[in-house]
Amino acid sequence: MQLPRDTLLRLWRTMVRIRAFEERLILENRKGGIAGHLHLYIGQEAIATGVCAHLADEDAITSTHRGHGHALAKGCDATGMMAEIFGRATGSCAGKGGSMHIADPKRGHLGANGIVGANAPLALGAALSAKTLGTHGVSVAFIGDGASNQGAVFESMNMAAAMALPVLFVIEQNGYGEYTRTDAVTGTADLAARAASFGMPAQQIDGTDIFAVYDATQSAIHHARTGLGPTTLVATAPRFGGHYEGDNQAYRSASDMQKARDQQDCLALYRNRILEAGLLEARDLDAIVHAAHSDMEQAARQARADAPPAPAALLTDIYAKAL
Amino acid sequence: MRIKSYSEALRDALDQEMARDPRVIIMGEDVRPGVMGVTQGLYDTYGPTRVIDTPISETAFIGAAIGAAMTGLRPVVELMFCDFAGVCFDQILNQAAKLRYMTGGQISLPLVIRTTMGAGERAAAQHSQSLHHLFTAIPGLKIVVPATAEDAAGLLLTAIRDPDPVIFFENKMLYDSQMSVSDPAIALPFGKAHLLREGDDLTIVALSRMVGFARTACDELAQKGISADLIDPRTTQPLDEAAILGSLHKTGHLLVVDEGSARCGMAADIASLAASKGFHSLKAPVQMLTPPQTPIPFAPELEDAWLPSSGDIEKAAYTLLQKV
Repeated sequence: MQLPRDTLLRLWRTMVRIRAFEERLILENRKGGIAGHLHLYIGQEAIATGVCAHLADEDAITSTHRGHGHALAKGCDATGMMAEIFGRATGSCAGKGGSMHIADPKRGHLGANGIVGANAPLALGAALSAKTLGTHGVSVAFIGDGASNQGAVFESMNMAAAMALPVLFVIEQNGYGEYTRTDAVTGTADLAARAASFGMPAQQIDGTDIFAVYDATQSAIHHARTGLGPTTLVATAPRFGGHYEGDNQAYRSASDMQKARDQQDCLALYRNRILEAGLLEARDLDAIVHAAHSDMEQAARQARADAPPAPAALLTDIYAKAL
Repeated sequence: MRIKSYSEALRDALDQEMARDPRVIIMGEDVRPGVMGVTQGLYDTYGPTRVIDTPISETAFIGAAIGAAMTGLRPVVELMFCDFAGVCFDQILNQAAKLRYMTGGQISLPLVIRTTMGAGERAAAQHSQSLHHLFTAIPGLKIVVPATAEDAAGLLLTAIRDPDPVIFFENKMLYDSQMSVSDPAIALPFGKAHLLREGDDLTIVALSRMVGFARTACDELAQKGISADLIDPRTTQPLDEAAILGSLHKTGHLLVVDEGSARCGMAADIASLAASKGFHSLKAPVQMLTPPQTPIPFAPELEDAWLPSSGDIEKAAYTLLQKV
């Protein structure tokens, strides 16, 4: 399918911004000042970008601990996210969530989740609301291949199929669940077939090919919006880094890591393809890269300058009104 | 006023709220037939979009109710027995309770999880527990333990209208208990204890089914010239500390009766309240009457021995007042 120039630029911009956001985090983390762990999405940008390109603010996503890419692709503000990761009062969650819990309900982002697989049932609920309230909204649960072994995910797939809920399960298959190869702890190599066995269409796609992600999502979302129920997409793309930033990846071969960067970089693949086909000019693409890096540097500078939450914030937001 | 059972009062309250607010939906296992009685007949009125039978997948349907509450519905989800919280604890502990806080207040969760507690049905250790104390320990949840039909209906209205997640513990041994109740139901506030008896000699704080047992005990004690304040907190979060401490200040003697855990339960919690904030009012050590710290046995003789009775409450009062 030939996409219009605007769309091509938008997809590139989103992928580049996710990459730039996280490359900035790596730099800032080395400088110090970021508490806790960072679970980076670098290498998988085409998946969040290709999926969320089809979603409006009224559509919901639920995300994972590796969720910065999903949030940016869904339209969350990078400055607020950066401030959140720095634990600032100006953060998107007022400094109470951090990297693993970024949420922006106004953008339809119902939250990244620190519990592996727990976001799948929440996506069902958003789909149930859409169906009950007649909004024609859909919801997407992003799930890792590690999470795909969780009972919460199996239960959700069954219930979504049984109730024909407008849900898309996107299994991001990066080959690892935390520090362990997924194939070493999974009874089947075919996660799409396993999802299909719950009674829904399911498809394996190349998650480094944004056009494959874009096209497959378009069909799945149409399926959901027309009341035909859930779909599962299993999108394969490598994790460039470890489970978290700083993980030495002793469990992974050097060649596997090198191959990911040299041959499976979704941004490089996209750029080469677009330039070879003469669809966009290199200078257009490069300008977007420069702008993204500049934006993220500015966001980090702002986050460092912002104040932490006031001590009184400890006791707010537990309930709607303090008891 | 009309005579209703606890179960009928709950059903009518659900009906009342569903009629008032189209965002209220019911979901859970077997809610269409309504095997616990409370949701019986609602499917006929509200149909399949608002009364939803789910698979036996507590994680999926509790989680779905949370997601639905985040996005515009006001789900009342039935967890058939509170014992089953074991299979969906993550969704309650890590999702429902924390989403508002973790998101810096961006998310509101108008969710009610109706569930049952209480021993006495000869259902053994996995269908008889009273786990309200476990959930009271989790910030972000509100916990309701109604003891009467009037309270059950009134507190359910409040729970459904509340913007925070509420775990609503119905004692299944009370479902058939009848009383004259407001019709239609009148919403009752959370955090406001009910003073059922007034007296000067001791304060009895009791929860859920133990309230009725304590009332019987109070009648027996009265015949022996002992008068008690009988306080039912009705919600354990928020807890009406002022009512308990005020009464303790008057009587100087505190007996707490609860069907929950002997260790780290509501009895221990209220005893610690008295020790930390009412110490100078205490004329004797606080008496805690709970079941023993064991799983709930099946054999009727053992289960009856396990559960506190009105006679046990009476005896505990004598012990407290040193009139053994």
